[in-house]
Amino acid sequence: MPFLPFSPMGRRLAPVVFGLGALVGAAGCRTNRPVPPVGTPAVGPDTAAQRLAREAATRDSLARLARERAARDSAEAARAGADAAALEAARSTLTAPVYFAYDASELSDDTRAKLDAKLAILQRLPTVTLRIAGHTDSRGAAEYNLALGLRRASAARKYLVDRGIAASRLDVVSFGAERPAAAGEGEDAWAQNRRDEFEVTGGGASLGRGR
Amino acid sequence: MTGRTTVARVLRRVGTHRGRRIALALVATCGAALPLAAQQPGVRLGLLYGERGARPGIIVLPIAGANGDSLRAILARDLDFGDRVTVAEASATLGAPAPGAALNYALAQKLGAAGVVQGIVRGAALEIVLHDVAQKRVLQRATVPLPAPALTPAWRRAVHGASDQLEEWISGTRGIAATRIAYAQGGRIWVIDSDGANAQPITGSGALSPSWHPLGESIAYAELESAGSAIRVTDLRGGTRTIVEPRGLNISPVFTPDGTGIAYAHGDDVGTDLWLAPAGGGRGRRIALGRGSDNASPSFSPDGRRLAFTSGRAGTPEVYIADADGTNADVLAALSTQAQSYRASPDWSPDGRAIAFQSRVGGVFQVVVATLRDRSLKQVTLEGANEDPSWAPDARHLVVSSSRSGARQLWVVDPETGRARQLTRNAGARLPAWSPRLAR
Repeated sequence: MPFLPFSPMGRRLAPVVFGLGALVGAAGCRTNRPVPPVGTPAVGPDTAAQRLAREAATRDSLARLARERAARDSAEAARAGADAAALEAARSTLTAPVYFAYDASELSDDTRAKLDAKLAILQRLPTVTLRIAGHTDSRGAAEYNLALGLRRASAARKYLVDRGIAASRLDVVSFGAERPAAAGEGEDAWAQNRRDEFEVTGGGASLGRGR
Repeated sequence: MTGRTTVARVLRRVGTHRGRRIALALVATCGAALPLAAQQPGVRLGLLYGERGARPGIIVLPIAGANGDSLRAILARDLDFGDRVTVAEASATLGAPAPGAALNYALAQKLGAAGVVQGIVRGAALEIVLHDVAQKRVLQRATVPLPAPALTPAWRRAVHGASDQLEEWISGTRGIAATRIAYAQGGRIWVIDSDGANAQPITGSGALSPSWHPLGESIAYAELESAGSAIRVTDLRGGTRTIVEPRGLNISPVFTPDGTGIAYAHGDDVGTDLWLAPAGGGRGRRIALGRGSDNASPSFSPDGRRLAFTSGRAGTPEVYIADADGTNADVLAALSTQAQSYRASPDWSPDGRAIAFQSRVGGVFQVVVATLRDRSLKQVTLEGANEDPSWAPDARHLVVSSSRSGARQLWVVDPETGRARQLTRNAGARLPAWSPRLAR
């Protein structure tokens, strides 16, 4: 799945433009406002000079508004840029695979550490949901491997649920030995293939993805 | 069944003499015309086909007329693949008899044949004739309709049916040429004829673990999708329906022997357990077995009362057998003395007497057959890694996935003779399921 870059300007530019347009529209309307009916308290006749002065003031205030917004936006963008890097790091922590020993679904210390890192992010970003996919190496029986893969995915899910993540945020699925990460036979490939993979399935907006 | 008794009697009479065995073997291998060794009347063989070399010699005569060469080649190869006879090369001197004339039985006998197969093209049909050489007469004859046009898959299957009829006349057991094998390759389910012809995909990608309906008209399989796996049934005449929706893990489907249900493995948070769903669709129910362990790959006994399956309940995967409702589970093979054992993927033989499975031997899988009467084990493969055994409907041959030629391919193995032949020619073929006998 392609990773969509975090782009706050792209998403925020549209409302800013729209807001300016609305202001300009409102100012335009005011110039065509009907003259108050006779009998109402008069504030004096609207001379051409006053009208011009008022219009100039309106233009000035619009320009000031635009400048202020631009300044604010660029500050936000700078902050968001820093955030984007942090969010990218969060995403990569969340989706980092964890690995298992042969024919086992027990969580190693390294796997627990990786899951703890995911746990912290899941706690900070409560809308994020994950799909955990269990995989095996090619050595077992194909059908039994699918059950083993599910056991691996379930082990990671249980670890996170036991630590307070809502079960509904974590899907599990198994592909057994059907989708190896590394081709070939031998312990190097096997070790890379005995794994859980993590995919962000929801709440991706809080991770900078427009979902 | 008079034909069967006659041939059997003839063969018992000629069976055991060592000289005859050698003669037959030579006829089979070099096609030389060797005289029959002296017969020994009265010698009886307990088993007609069980002993290597005791198989009757059969000559398939050249067939005249349209596609005669193809017909003869298919009949001869099918009989050879059946492993119950020794197909001798035809001799130029032994031709088909002229209409009304008799076969040259004396010559056939000199050539080492116990039986001679004659094919006669009659319009859109093939007449098959089996000659009993010792009795010097026609033992059986029948006419098999061949669907037009010739050489199509349907036409070939009709010829395979003729081969199976001949094998039944000769050996008493119907052949398995007119059967098919389903398997997974490249993420799709394929079906191939028993002789390796007409391989065709029948599903899209993500499919594995095909299993035949007992009538041979549809195939159940599992399909892996991104959010889960589904159990589906595809009709070979077209149309696919979903039996179990893709929620959670749903794998290794198998029809009940009466065709009304599909047993499969369903996985959730707790483990993977065996379930049974109506084959027509509807809610499945758990066959209470697993108690949190991993269970998969169910296979029913032919009477539907027992179930073999893979289970990790005791740690390492083992093959268990239980009542069909999941009770009375018991490990199939005696506990191995090897520290690291791994047994899986059982398939119950169609005669109910044995279960084939894969067992790790010296670090690689080999196919082992457990005889249920005494729980004796026999390893039936040796070369390369061999997995996923599935019995032919004759309860004798097995199709396995094997790496013996390098890439994984399907091979047909005959445990009685040790013969093996490569079935598929596309790398990665696995998870085979041999069809039942198909309607003629």
